[in-house]
Parts: sequence; C-alpha cells; structure tokens
Amino acid sequence: MPTPIIKVDAISKSFGAFKVLDGLSMQVMPGEKLALIGPSGSGKTTILRILMTLEKIDGGHIQVDGEQLYHMERNGQLLAADERHLARMRQKIGMVFQLFNLFPHKCVMDNVTLAPMLTKGVARAAAEKRAMELLDMVGLADKAKAMPAQLSGGQKQRVAIARALALSPKIMLFDEVTSALDPELVEEVLNVMRKLAAETDMTMLLVTHEMGFAHDFADRVLFFDRGRIVEEGKPDEIFRHPKQERTQSFLKKIIAAGHRV
Amino acid sequence: MSRLPRTTANDRKFYTQMTGYLGLILQGALVTIELTLMGSVLALIMAFLAGMGRVSRFFILRAIATVYIEFFRGTSIFVQLFWVYFVLPFAGLSLTPLQAGVLALGLNVGAYAAEVVRGAILSVGREQYEACTALNLGRWQGMRHVILPQALLVMLPTFGNNAIELLKATSVVSLISLADLTFQAQVVRSQTGSTLMPFVSVLVIYFALALIISWGVRTLERRMARGLDGVRV
Ligand SMILES: Nc1ncnc2c1ncn2[C@@H]1O[C@H](COP(=O)(O)OP(=O)(O)OP(=O)(O)O)[C@@H](O)[C@H]1O
Ligand SMILES: [Mg+2]
Repeated sequence: MPTPIIKVDAISKSFGAFKVLDGLSMQVMPGEKLALIGPSGSGKTTILRILMTLEKIDGGHIQVDGEQLYHMERNGQLLAADERHLARMRQKIGMVFQLFNLFPHKCVMDNVTLAPMLTKGVARAAAEKRAMELLDMVGLADKAKAMPAQLSGGQKQRVAIARALALSPKIMLFDEVTSALDPELVEEVLNVMRKLAAETDMTMLLVTHEMGFAHDFADRVLFFDRGRIVEEGKPDEIFRHPKQERTQSFLKKIIAAGHRV
Repeated sequence: MSRLPRTTANDRKFYTQMTGYLGLILQGALVTIELTLMGSVLALIMAFLAGMGRVSRFFILRAIATVYIEFFRGTSIFVQLFWVYFVLPFAGLSLTPLQAGVLALGLNVGAYAAEVVRGAILSVGREQYEACTALNLGRWQGMRHVILPQALLVMLPTFGNNAIELLKATSVVSLISLADLTFQAQVVRSQTGSTLMPFVSVLVIYFALALIISWGVRTLERRMARGLDGVRV
C-alpha cells in the first residue's frame, strides 16, 4: 500500500470573516489524476493556491511527499515553516494558472529556462535543451523565440505548462487552465494534458469546469461545495450516479449550461 | 576678396569679445551637463535604494527609506545645498562646490524618483509575483528578473521628467559660486551689460539639453518595450 503524496488534514482558511475552507481533509496517491469540481466560490482555487504556498492556512496540517508543508520539525516540535523550508517544498510542486501568468518581457525560451537556471543552477545550454524538448512536447518548438504577446491564448497556456514542467515537479496543479481560452483553443491545451497524463507518472490535480474532460482524464473526482468535499469517487460514479443531492443539482445545472458530461 | 565686408578694428574687437563670452557660456554648459549626468546617476542609485526599501518586508528598511524620502521632498533644494556645502564642513566633511552640487541634486531628485520606483514596482500585477513563487524563485531573484524589468518600463517616462527637473535645478549651484550655465550667463551679463545675448543663449542651451534628455528616454523606452505588445519586434 503506497503512502499518499498529499495528505491534507483538517485545514481551515478564512478571508476576513468568510470561512472558505472549513476542516477540509483529503489524500492524493502518487501518480493519481484528480479532478476538483464544484460551484463557483466553493474553494477549489483556494486549496490549489494553498498547496502552492500562495495562501497561508489558518489551521490544520498538510503533508507533501512525506514532509509537512507549512510546518518544520525541530527537536520533536512542530514550528511554522520558514522561507527556506517552503522553498524546498515548492520544488515538489508546480502550478499552471488560469491566466497563464507568463513573463511578458521574456521570450518563450527564457520563460521556460529562467527558473531552472536560477533555482537549480542548471547551465544555460542544458536548460535550453530541456526547454526545447518540453516545447516540442507541447507543440511549440517553432515558437521558442516568440514573445508571449505574439501567441494565442492556447499557445500561451501550453508555454505555461512547459515552464512549470521544466522544474520537474512531482505534483502539478492546474487551475481552470482552459477557462480563459476561446472555445476553439481549448482542445489543444487539453491534448497536452492528456499526453502528460499518459506519458508521465506525475500527480496531477485539476480544477475544471470541463466535465467531459474531467470524466476522461481523472482517476478520481472530488465534488466541492462551500469549502468541503461533499462527494468523491470514480468519474463514472460522480458523473453517472451522483449520490448527494447537491452533486446532482450541480451537474444538472452544468448540463443545462450546455456542457458535455 | 574685396567683396568681403570691410571690418573695422572695432568690429573685430567686438567679435572676439563675443566669441569669448560665448566660450564662457559653453564652459558653463559643460558644468551643467556634468552636474546633470552625475546628479542623475546618484539620483538613480538613491531612487532604487529608497524605492525598494519602501516595499521591503523589513520594517527598518521601510522606515529609513520613508524618512529619507519625506525629508528630501519636504525641504527645498536650496536649503539642502546650503547644508551640504556650508554646514557639513562643521561635521568635518568639506566638499568642493561640484561635489556638493551633485550630492544635493542627487539626494533631492532621488527622493522624488524613489516614489516612482515604488509605484512602478507596485504596478506590476500580483499574478507576476505568484508566478515567481510557483516557479520557486527567491524574493530577490523574482525582483531582479521578473518584477524590476517590467517596472523599469513604467518608471522610464517619469524618470525622464525627473532628469529634466534635475537639469533645471542645477542652476541653484550658482549660489555656491559654481560656474554653471546660469552663473556664466550672469557673469557675461555683468561684463557686457548685454542681457539679451547671454540669456537667449542660456535659454536655448537649457531647452536643447532638455530635448536631448526627452529624446534619449523615449528611445530607450521604445527599445525596451519592443516585443511586449506583440506588434513591434
Ligand atoms: N484573496 C481573497 N480575499 C477575499 N476573498 C477571497 C480571496 N480569494 C478567494 N476569496 C473568496 O473565497 C471563496 C472561494 O474562492 P475560490 O477562488 O477558492 O473558489 P473557486 O471554487 O475556485 O471558484 P471559481 O469556480 O469561481 O473559480 C470565494 O467566495 C472567493 O470570493
Ligand atoms: Mg477558481
């Protein structure tokens, strides 16, 4: 029985008086492809941002790859993690954002090579070689010299995926990576994700409103509502035979909005 | 040969005198340019130190930067120059007029430009900082490679204005008898009794210098913005 690569234990998170996550617990197995679905405001983005250390937690514990994310053990005591600990933990995790967040002043190649060269001391030649492989994988080998502003949304997002992959994280977080794209550009990004899922053993957590894709892609689906996991299970169980009333009504609304399940 | 206008001895004297006076004014212009260049370098250094200090996560750095900025914006360049030149010697630090001028101008304009640096850093979107974190860049690495290069583009136009302000402010050094453009104009005026010639030359030279600064900054801006909007590459 392998141990979970992510273990979220009773975490809570508030923005001001508003409690976004309330005692949330979940586990993710190494290599697992997980889809997080649920209504707007249910805390899906927040949990990804917490895993990426972009938000702090108010309470609870998170273990990533056998180590505490927000705590360090010193002489048997659990202390709040310092910046060095966080930097070490971040090596295990990569994130792709809804709005790509590319560096607009750097060409595609430099976007991809910057972090490996700075954070891992990879030499430029080696970093560029690896970047070309990744750009080739996402189908953008010919755009290495382009500036982000010259790319379509779908191309930008594929660069962003290559950029995150360049650090070889064990865990990748995808937050609605296609929802800012024109409909005809969605598929090229989803194809890259399919390829990733098929060709790597990376653990992938994906927040999405593309229910059809979640169904095909995920090993397991978590349905979020108001900061809690209301229901979870295999894609078929969740999408075909949801047990909870809230899951049913959410899916009904999604289908009514024209999404394929 | 005979077609050339005949010049009398008096005319010749007048011309040599005038070119002599023009030479004085050009010497003054050189001092002004020197002051502007060195003052701008110091101002730039101060602006980045204080501007980045203002957004530091360390209270003490924020405090020092704030005091510096508020102090130098809240007192006049005259007073600052007098302090640097006349009061610092009592503290054992005697400066030449040029050093005093550069120091006062650099510190003064640096305080204004620091706010420009701060504003520009803050104008870079939160998502850029988050991308840095997600790529595990350290604070300084992110600042140096991601935030500052983008902020620089925002700063540049205002830096151009700051440099022109500095150029115009250089004339205060004539008060500590540094022979800059304004000082030489006064000298020429008192020696010739002519007001028009020195003051027209001074006007034209200041204006030309300001134009050069504007043009330089705009060129720099265009080069740095290349590729950012996806049109010009
Ligand atoms: N920085 C913030 N400050 C205040 N409130 C926030 C902040 N970030 C998120 N929230 C609130 O927390 C709640 C959960 O947000 P979150 O972004 O995690 O939802 P989500 O499930 O990703 O929704 P969506 O499907 O719309 O992206 C929302 O009500 C949101 O308004
Ligand atoms: Mg979201």
